[in-house]
Amino acid sequence: MASLELKGIRKSFGATPVLGNVDLTLDAREFVAFLGPSGSGKSTLLRIIAGLETADAGEVWLEGRRIDPLPPGDRGVAMVFQHYALYPHMSVRENMAFGLRNARVPKDEIERRINDAARVLEIEPLLNRKPAEMSGGQRQRVAIGRALVKEPKLFLLDEPLSNLDAALRLRTRVELAQLKQRVEAAVIMVTHDQAEAMTLADRIVVMNDCKIQQVGPPMEIYTRPANAFVAQFVGSPAMTLAHAQMVGTGEYATLKLGDGTEIATRVGRDQLPQWANLRVGLRPEMVRVGGRGKGTAKAKAELVERLGERTLVYARLRDGQPITAEDEGDSRVKIGDEVSLKIDGAAAHVFDADGTGYHGAVA
Amino acid sequence: MTSQRDWRGLLFVAPFLLLYSVILIFPLLRGLWLSLNQVDLFGHGHFVGAGNYAQLFQDPVFGTSLVNTFEVTLMIVPVLTVIALALALALNRASRSAAVFRGIFFSSAVLSVTIVTLIWRFMLAPDAGFLGYVAKAFGTEPLPFLSDQSLVLPALAITTIWWSVGFPMLLFLAGLQQIPADMYEAAALDNAGRWTTFWRITRPSLGRTLVLVVMLQTAAQLQLFGQSQLLTAGGPSGASRTAVLFLFETAFGRWELGYASAAAEVLFLLILAVTLTQYWATGRATAAGDGR
Repeated sequence: MASLELKGIRKSFGATPVLGNVDLTLDAREFVAFLGPSGSGKSTLLRIIAGLETADAGEVWLEGRRIDPLPPGDRGVAMVFQHYALYPHMSVRENMAFGLRNARVPKDEIERRINDAARVLEIEPLLNRKPAEMSGGQRQRVAIGRALVKEPKLFLLDEPLSNLDAALRLRTRVELAQLKQRVEAAVIMVTHDQAEAMTLADRIVVMNDCKIQQVGPPMEIYTRPANAFVAQFVGSPAMTLAHAQMVGTGEYATLKLGDGTEIATRVGRDQLPQWANLRVGLRPEMVRVGGRGKGTAKAKAELVERLGERTLVYARLRDGQPITAEDEGDSRVKIGDEVSLKIDGAAAHVFDADGTGYHGAVA
Repeated sequence: MTSQRDWRGLLFVAPFLLLYSVILIFPLLRGLWLSLNQVDLFGHGHFVGAGNYAQLFQDPVFGTSLVNTFEVTLMIVPVLTVIALALALALNRASRSAAVFRGIFFSSAVLSVTIVTLIWRFMLAPDAGFLGYVAKAFGTEPLPFLSDQSLVLPALAITTIWWSVGFPMLLFLAGLQQIPADMYEAAALDNAGRWTTFWRITRPSLGRTLVLVVMLQTAAQLQLFGQSQLLTAGGPSGASRTAVLFLFETAFGRWELGYASAAAEVLFLLILAVTLTQYWATGRATAAGDGR
């Protein structure tokens, strides 16, 4: 049974459109990440589901019940806010009990749920503290606990990790992943951090420009990006996109870059529009430093990033096209070096003039 | 070396210390000294010790003025606070009309007391006043606000509330805007109704502002003077004479400066005591309430 269903959601603020006709269905107990840059409408969509914002058109259904005409408290959703939004004058226990008391949950039931949540989140020693007396990480747990005790049908997490420092963010990410196994509800997380989305979500909803660009499991988003935006937004460092022309004949398309390098892709020639202005997409791991022969290009290294286990080389082809390549961790490439790049054409992506992506059979 | 450095440091604060001594410390001590003397504007007077104080505590006029002062303060402060809070809650939104109304409700605060009392004299006069017309329109006798001993303090209170509501309203508005919007969103998701949201979210967040407003207004209204002098000159038969009006009449009507100074010292100590009590009580209440 579907958990959440969005049907034709539209929203604009004054003359500025924010969401144009969004449709989405979540499976039961699914963890979905809304991923997109600032202003892509992902937070607005979350707030429409929560009832904090009203859609101009469209319907929101949760487990077979239409919820968009209901006030936020009656929708069966719980939200973890970006800045936690804990009530500063209430203790942790009162913060967690507040919503349950308003919903007239019996006292011993409230007590039981708070104790359960406190045990799971390891915040038992904090129950009588005020938010001001806790660290950011502790507040984050309390905010999650406050959502947990409501036993909602849907959890909404608004950039839940963005206020934590790097070490804590990694730890909390692991904890969120464990939490996901425990709860019976579906979860939506808004984030602009693709690593969070990739590691936590069952499916990622990539948003940009008031629209859903692609919905799919993390690896599908990564390996078969629907369009040039998704291709560049997901993956770090970003995929290289280079203008190219189709040459030769054969079952698969061969594309020639501006500097003359030919890339034999595994994208069917018949799939591609014939006259289109094509671009070839290359992830850094498909472009290796070193090698000779067909499918190698000469480039000049402009920046070398040593990450330990691998080295990233930001280079420029002879025609000035920037390209990102990968090398071993102990790479000897220096800035200004002439390098040859071995391009794995079989894994290359092709994008047409509209940005629509085409992928090889094996990729 | 050390003493030299101390002196140089003192130089930096000297201008402030000088001004502070001349315009604050000196008058304070001078007033205290005056209160221990029998003195008028022309003579040098002579030392009477606690004589002025002894006389004060037996003076029924002073006693009545103190009672009047506390009565009118008790009438004004709670009502003023509630109205200011209600206005702030109603006008705490970004619409144009709210901005206009904020301006209107604050505008009375910029008027001088002379104009305020003039306006309210027209409002309150039983035969020709606005409230008189209203009463007649409803077929009842107009109330003689300014000539009835039991109505004159409420009349003073109404005038003062109308005049002073703007500033506390502004303080409450500032307090309301400090409350993050996501707190209210969290409350909406927590199923909190309007009243619960006000009582459990807004009110505790405004606690400090509330204390500030009550303390400032109490200290200000215990010194109520202009309205009483201009509206009724303390009448009828002293029913609206406040402590500061008593002071003024004693010092600049009867020229008994020593006696007036003694009354001023008593009032000063009373205001100090009331303010400290409030501070102590709210400090305990917040300590018990939020543990910070």
